[in-house]
Amino acid sequence: MCKNDCKDEKMKALDLVLDAHDHDSGSLITILQKAQDIHGYLPAEIIYYVAAQTGTTPAKVMGVATFYTQFRLEPVGKYLIMLCKGTACHVNGSDRIEAAITNELEITNGQTTKDGLFTLKNVACLGCCSLSPVMMVNEETFGTLTPEKAISILNDFRNRKEEEA
Amino acid sequence: MRIVVGEGSCGIAAGAGKVYDALQTAMNPSDSFELGITGCIGMCFLEPIVDIYEGGDLLARLVHVEAKDGARIAEAVRGGDLSSIEDLKIQEEDAGFLNKQTRIALRNCGIIDPTDLNSYKARDGYKALEKVLKTMTPEEVIEEIKTSGLAGRGGAGFPTWFKWNAARGSAGEEKYLICNADEGDPGAFMDRAVIESDPHNLIEGMLIAAYAIGAKEAIVYVRAEYPLAIIRLEEAIRQATEAGLIGENILGTGFSCKFRYMAGAGAFVCGEETALIESLEGKRGMPRLKPPFPAAAGYKLKPSNINNVETFANVAWIINNGGEAFAAMGTEGSKGTKVFALTGKVKRGGLVEIPMGQTLRHVIFDIGGGIRNEKKIKAVQMGGPSGGCIPENLLDTVIDYKALSATGAIMGSGGMVVMDENTCMVGMARFFLDFTSKESCGKCVHCRIGTKRMLEILTRIVSGKGEEGDIELLEELCNAIKDGALCGLGQTAPNPVLTTIRYFRDEYEAHIKEKKCPAKECVELLSYKIDPDTCKGCTLCARKCPVQAISGEVKNPHAIDQDICIKCGQCYTLCKFGAISVE
Repeated sequence: MCKNDCKDEKMKALDLVLDAHDHDSGSLITILQKAQDIHGYLPAEIIYYVAAQTGTTPAKVMGVATFYTQFRLEPVGKYLIMLCKGTACHVNGSDRIEAAITNELEITNGQTTKDGLFTLKNVACLGCCSLSPVMMVNEETFGTLTPEKAISILNDFRNRKEEEA
Repeated sequence: MRIVVGEGSCGIAAGAGKVYDALQTAMNPSDSFELGITGCIGMCFLEPIVDIYEGGDLLARLVHVEAKDGARIAEAVRGGDLSSIEDLKIQEEDAGFLNKQTRIALRNCGIIDPTDLNSYKARDGYKALEKVLKTMTPEEVIEEIKTSGLAGRGGAGFPTWFKWNAARGSAGEEKYLICNADEGDPGAFMDRAVIESDPHNLIEGMLIAAYAIGAKEAIVYVRAEYPLAIIRLEEAIRQATEAGLIGENILGTGFSCKFRYMAGAGAFVCGEETALIESLEGKRGMPRLKPPFPAAAGYKLKPSNINNVETFANVAWIINNGGEAFAAMGTEGSKGTKVFALTGKVKRGGLVEIPMGQTLRHVIFDIGGGIRNEKKIKAVQMGGPSGGCIPENLLDTVIDYKALSATGAIMGSGGMVVMDENTCMVGMARFFLDFTSKESCGKCVHCRIGTKRMLEILTRIVSGKGEEGDIELLEELCNAIKDGALCGLGQTAPNPVLTTIRYFRDEYEAHIKEKKCPAKECVELLSYKIDPDTCKGCTLCARKCPVQAISGEVKNPHAIDQDICIKCGQCYTLCKFGAISVE
């Protein structure tokens, strides 16, 4: 868990974002995106805080946060796997990739592994259709996946974590 | 000489970043050649791609380059003798992919450095803006666009000049120009490529449009799933502002226009223009009732004009070359060129820009090289979740808004997903309904509940529980949703179902009546069997079966227990003797 001073740092960063957008509810989506960058997700207290600061209601903010797929109300793992479920990926077997990941990590779409390392999220389309099937792990994109290749990539990330430790 | 690495999202995913690093490492301080980047060349099937230029001439295009090739490429360029990297050069038949295209919207993609304003300027960049601001009235600009016949490239194909004229004619000083870069259609990436590879072209087109309608602010609404596009756009806006091309008194002409972007947050419905406006205002992206149209009351209820990225990408070219040159290409009702994202089971996938009026067959076979693994083509899907599947026997349909609509599909934004004989069309319809039911914003009942009911019926059919009358029920639902839904998402959501029923009714019937999937894709309708005469008893399948459904003695034929089998298909893939069949 984060110490108090670190939490203050995060709130300070959020205040800077709010100032940059004139505390305007018209910029709510951008503000929530930055808040999520800062916190990793949108905890309940941030929803209330942003509502108070932009002069709108927590219900409105929650409405926006739950409408868009980018926003998360729960913390995510160290590595966020975004598995593309677009048309080209579907035609080229993304369902088999999902089955392999689900089988390997014992999580389904939206869940996080017990060790907090991986979160699996199915996304609509990453726009790399010519390399389908595709997945992104944090900011890195991997294409022309096979079930075996996907698992080996996840193992690389797992080892990366161990090396860092 | 100059070495240029293609760094679009596809290139980077294929390893272009590592290739660039390797080339940089291989260079000496004394080297006289330069190293640079470009955006998406559009030949995604050959990534990573490295081009070698002498001045403006392309000397060699190297494909499938790996980091380990970096040193010998640098060595060859240093010595001025490219024969040692002959093996990396593009094959002639692959080069045809690009040579058979006519590039207008993509004219700079894969050629210029998207991070460098001067690179864009060297190819007539911002000349059209200067011409417009210094020598043309807004009315003349709109007239030129009218002459060109340019229509909205986002899918609906509405005449661009008409929208501009309506926004120009609306009362009020405060007007907005908006670019729809929320390319949510799964299977499409034309807009991403333009922004990543030629962001100034988009900015220039938007500034010209802003001048034409009288807007003082231009905004790009871009998908958050395109991080590289956002970085490149942000940088381009900064450069253009610094160069006096954005802001107050642009090029000393007295015309002023602010320019910014907003990242979307992941909602397909925001591609609908009124939903996009709601989202720009920081709200849930739920469509508004029309009228009033955005031209009268859009963003902040002020007159607004919204066009797609590709539409704007054509504007500067039209101003520079004249509307007539643009209108000279295409068909009676569809002028100019169209960009397609060719993907799926096609051999050569990537970005294809061709004049309207060519056939689908030409795109898929002559440019795309036909179907992978020598399989038969079954259909091509156009227009994503709003479009439909066009069967093989209609592939001679020409690319034209009306001709494509007559098939039940639509031109759409440009997604073109090719399917072979192993693609189940009922499964395809279910895939799209799964998508639209999740993306339905929930505002109107027809879309929210209608898509859900359709998905339930399709799910039941692909899992072997289809009932007599399901096809008719689907058709009834489709028509009700088309009539009753509020926005384009709902009104077009039935298209994938209607077109697959129209052209592949036999596949629906096989699923429902015989409980069989002719494409052998619907897992729950399959059964795996071992042919005792071909089986050598190697035990591989039995050892690998995740549920121990296969039994048998070594060197004796094995058998699958159908009650235990989960139809994962592992044994089928593993068997080296082809002894396992699937039905």
